[in-house]
Amino acid sequence: MSGVNTAGWRPSMNSTEGVATGPVTASGDRALMLEEPLIFELDGEGKWGVDIDACERPMASALAKFARKAAPALPGLTEPEVVRHYTRLSRQNYGIDLGPFPLGSCTMKHNPRLNEKMARLPGFADVHPLQPQKTVEGALEVIEQLADWLITLTGMASVAMSPKAGAHGELCGLLCIRAALDARGETRDIVLVPESAHGTNPATAAFAGFKVQTIPATPEGRVDVAALKEKLGPDVAGVMITNPNTCGLFEPELKDIADAVHAAGGYVYCDGANFNAIVGRVRPGDLGVDAMHINLHKTFSTPHGGGGPGAGPVVLSEALAPFAPLPFVTRGADGSIHLVEEENRGEGHDRAFGRMVAFHGQMGMFTRALAYILSHGADGLRQVAEDAVLNANYVLRSLDDVLEAPFGASGPCMHEALFSDAGLPEGLSTLDIAKGLIDEGFHPMTVYFPLVVKGAMLIEPTETESKQGLDRFIASMRRLAERAKAGDESLHAAPFYAPRRRLDETRAARKPVLVWKGDQTEG
Amino acid sequence: MSVYYSEDHEWIEVEGDLGTVGITDYAQGQLGDITFVDLPEEGAEVAKGDSVAVVDSVKAASDVYTPVSGVIAAINEALADEPELVNTDAEVGGWLFRVTLSNPSELEELMDEAAYKTYVEGL
Repeated sequence: MSGVNTAGWRPSMNSTEGVATGPVTASGDRALMLEEPLIFELDGEGKWGVDIDACERPMASALAKFARKAAPALPGLTEPEVVRHYTRLSRQNYGIDLGPFPLGSCTMKHNPRLNEKMARLPGFADVHPLQPQKTVEGALEVIEQLADWLITLTGMASVAMSPKAGAHGELCGLLCIRAALDARGETRDIVLVPESAHGTNPATAAFAGFKVQTIPATPEGRVDVAALKEKLGPDVAGVMITNPNTCGLFEPELKDIADAVHAAGGYVYCDGANFNAIVGRVRPGDLGVDAMHINLHKTFSTPHGGGGPGAGPVVLSEALAPFAPLPFVTRGADGSIHLVEEENRGEGHDRAFGRMVAFHGQMGMFTRALAYILSHGADGLRQVAEDAVLNANYVLRSLDDVLEAPFGASGPCMHEALFSDAGLPEGLSTLDIAKGLIDEGFHPMTVYFPLVVKGAMLIEPTETESKQGLDRFIASMRRLAERAKAGDESLHAAPFYAPRRRLDETRAARKPVLVWKGDQTEG
Repeated sequence: MSVYYSEDHEWIEVEGDLGTVGITDYAQGQLGDITFVDLPEEGAEVAKGDSVAVVDSVKAASDVYTPVSGVIAAINEALADEPELVNTDAEVGGWLFRVTLSNPSELEELMDEAAYKTYVEGL
């Protein structure tokens, strides 16, 4: 696999200076290594995808004065050109179906095809949220069964299914906390967030109208429990804690923390993004958690990345359950399934704080997640967590002699292995390793997060990689670490073999070009 | 005129009751290329330790805390177009905001240049 656009060559570059790779082609393509212009640049006179007859009897437009007077400036392409355009672009992309995607804190695992088959069944895929309930009982049954699994796996009292992603679930949890405080007539306005929490946590707390106070991490990469307890008081609404945390470590003192928070009158929000590491092994409800979102698109393998959609149901404790948003799918004593909405909310949901979304949530993701859960079974889910942790520890211990593992001495990691660039020579950094990983044919790991570690490299292999696959990844990482340690400056120029060389991320952020204006000079 | 430094890597240069605040050269080096600076509003009343500005870099978004209490007297308009000034000239042209000090005694809690240098070496 060599010679793939070795120097980031583009058709506009008419020189092959310094590139020992064959002739310049007239097309810009290199056999199956395809160049592709922007879709606007493919525009051509007299080209279109469909040929619609002129209207024989012109009618007045209902848009009246708002009707478009000139045709929109859309490019004209034939259907095969459109299909080829996106197919050619997709060949320049990297996805979970091409290779490992070790983005820490993202859980990019394989999406079993069985899930897709189930989600495409017409009874789940071709339904409308306003259909009569009698015609969608199967879909409601899926939501109810999944809810039951989530409650059982987490040991909680209830679950709000509708939030559409992790951060949306966080907001749902905090709004439940707000509603519970309101019901108590209290105006607590501080949320404590440890440094080892997900970055979305403080953003969510601020968005929900709370003041955020940061709790430092210990040198071992865990919550400083003493510092947290010191901050507890009558103004503290709660704490948002990520367990396992973003240093890839389990927070063994969560129960102790939760007891202290409860004693001080607050609530415990747990960020469940890393539930993949503990599913089937730990029930957050047993640790005193009051609310936790579950990223179905992480732990339960529904596809994500590049647009999702995600799904972030929130499990709730007895204390918060009465405030959960509508709607709910419930099973009556006779086994029948029905919806609880505003009209019939008396059934234990009369204090619901409202709705997070118009309808029920991501039906397609519910179906995929339930398919995943049923095909694994309880024992299979437990093995998911065990293998995810085993794989991460295999990576950690296979690399900790060539890369600095800041918390390597804190014991085994959970589902992700954390390294820093502290041991690399001056001038070579995490970014160079990440870009080098692209040349090695892998998606880079998460970089520069968590912030508590200098030049963090957060690697989450997930349980779906085999030992053989992990060994290939480890060999690439070792090679890159050794090159960096030897002061190999060529790493600064990586990637060599990607469709584009190292992009100027700084200029892209400072002077973003967001709109195609035609006739752009190449830069 | 004297310059003081905070443990959060802000510097403040004080002349009379007017302080000019920025982040230190060490801080910009840690952040990497700065892409955007979110500055406070002129006239805003701030208390020592408040997060009053945000510096975005290619690596992270970081809060900037005011090392003193007072009223925001001016912001560095040049940073809107040239955030890179914080990288190239952190301790002069890359200043972030000016603040009219309401409690000059707060300066006593800050470090002088020598103390800050020792502090950074210990990190």
